[in-house]
Amino acid sequence: MECVFGMVGKGFALVVADTSAVNSILVHKSNEDKIMVLDQHKLMGASGEAGDRAQFTEYIQKNVSLYQFRNGIPLTTSAAANFMRNELATALRKNPYQVNIVLAGYEKETGPSLYFIDYIATLHKVDKAAFGYGSYFALSMMDRHYHPDMTVDEAIKLADQCIEEIRSRLVVAPQNFIIKIVDQDGAREHSWRRTTKE
Amino acid sequence: MARYDRAITVFSPDGHLFQVEYALEAVRKGNAAVGVRGTDTVVLGVEKKSTVKLQDSRSVRKIVNLDDHVALACAGLKADARVLINKARIECQSHKLTVEDPVTVEYITRYIAGLQQKYTQSGGVRPFGLSTLIVGFDPYTNVPSLYQTDPSGTFSAWKANATGRNSNSMREFLEKNYKETSGQETVKLTIRALLEVVESGGKNIEVAVMTKEGLRQLEETEIDVIVAEIEAEKAAAEAAKKTPSMQT
Repeated sequence: MECVFGMVGKGFALVVADTSAVNSILVHKSNEDKIMVLDQHKLMGASGEAGDRAQFTEYIQKNVSLYQFRNGIPLTTSAAANFMRNELATALRKNPYQVNIVLAGYEKETGPSLYFIDYIATLHKVDKAAFGYGSYFALSMMDRHYHPDMTVDEAIKLADQCIEEIRSRLVVAPQNFIIKIVDQDGAREHSWRRTTKE
Repeated sequence: MARYDRAITVFSPDGHLFQVEYALEAVRKGNAAVGVRGTDTVVLGVEKKSTVKLQDSRSVRKIVNLDDHVALACAGLKADARVLINKARIECQSHKLTVEDPVTVEYITRYIAGLQQKYTQSGGVRPFGLSTLIVGFDPYTNVPSLYQTDPSGTFSAWKANATGRNSNSMREFLEKNYKETSGQETVKLTIRALLEVVESGGKNIEVAVMTKEGLRQLEETEIDVIVAEIEAEKAAAEAAKKTPSMQT
């Protein structure tokens, strides 16, 4: 019942993810951070098989770092997205990673961008994206209320509406959510939406 | 002759590995490089040849970072340096990936030295023609370190060291004048050591300072200011030496 969703606003991009770590009927923890900060201006929200998620996202993050050390400048968001897609595609017909990713990034030259990358290596550059059972509710909510060039407050309000919808309509809804934002000042945690303390 | 020419680095009758010693010669012809360790900073300084007028100097970075907290300067064959630095950068990330911790300075030095040694004991390859000075801060403990490796693959930790052209004069200067310093004093000591063998001026020196916050390359203007300070101090010391004898 994991959900990850994201949207692009005016000069920023937002990624929201649930923070539950679940194994069949047991909730291991409700404060698992699934949105990895790839580098100064990139966020990667990942959902799927827990082991694959950690393995794949850490591997991507270290390769993004290596590129920066080798070349003196960071990878563009588009380049990082395509690199990820390529890794997923190469592993697909041998030993697939079961990880779905929403990649958000900001560049001075091109502004904010959002990429939808699913576990069978589909890559789409989009304004809004969502994964998981929660995507049915999040996408519908965003289709109704999203408009281009939203302010941070408007986008957070929309994210809250999506979370509210997921909480009320999904049979086993996640307890807590984390919101991270990336803009010209960098990628950082924005806030949490908790129902439990842990 | 079929299989007797695989190995290039072989022992001489009196126990020398001549290829390694020739590699050390290549190092002695390389640019001067010096490193000084302070209590809260480690500084690297490298000689920059200023004769090339048409070259874009920003594309020739002599002091590189291997990770956020480790940097390297070298003397010798720069093309060999590229290969070693690339492998070291990959190892820094690989280490972080497998054990969730950044490398210690000693670990990455041991890795680079291990690579240099491997190439003295493998078929069909020659040793790397460079010595490196590796500086950094260990994660969590924030202890500053300075290490040196050479083509034979030996490495050790130093308070201050020099390699490349005229390294003996620089090392002598450091042995005479080294003391525990911090911050700007460490930078000054490094530049003073370099100025012993290099023409003075910001144009001919590249200096980088590693603190626990990370690596910072000094601008030419900053270096010029410090060089001017050093010259002024030298002139004052000369003047002070002369006046007492005139008074008696």
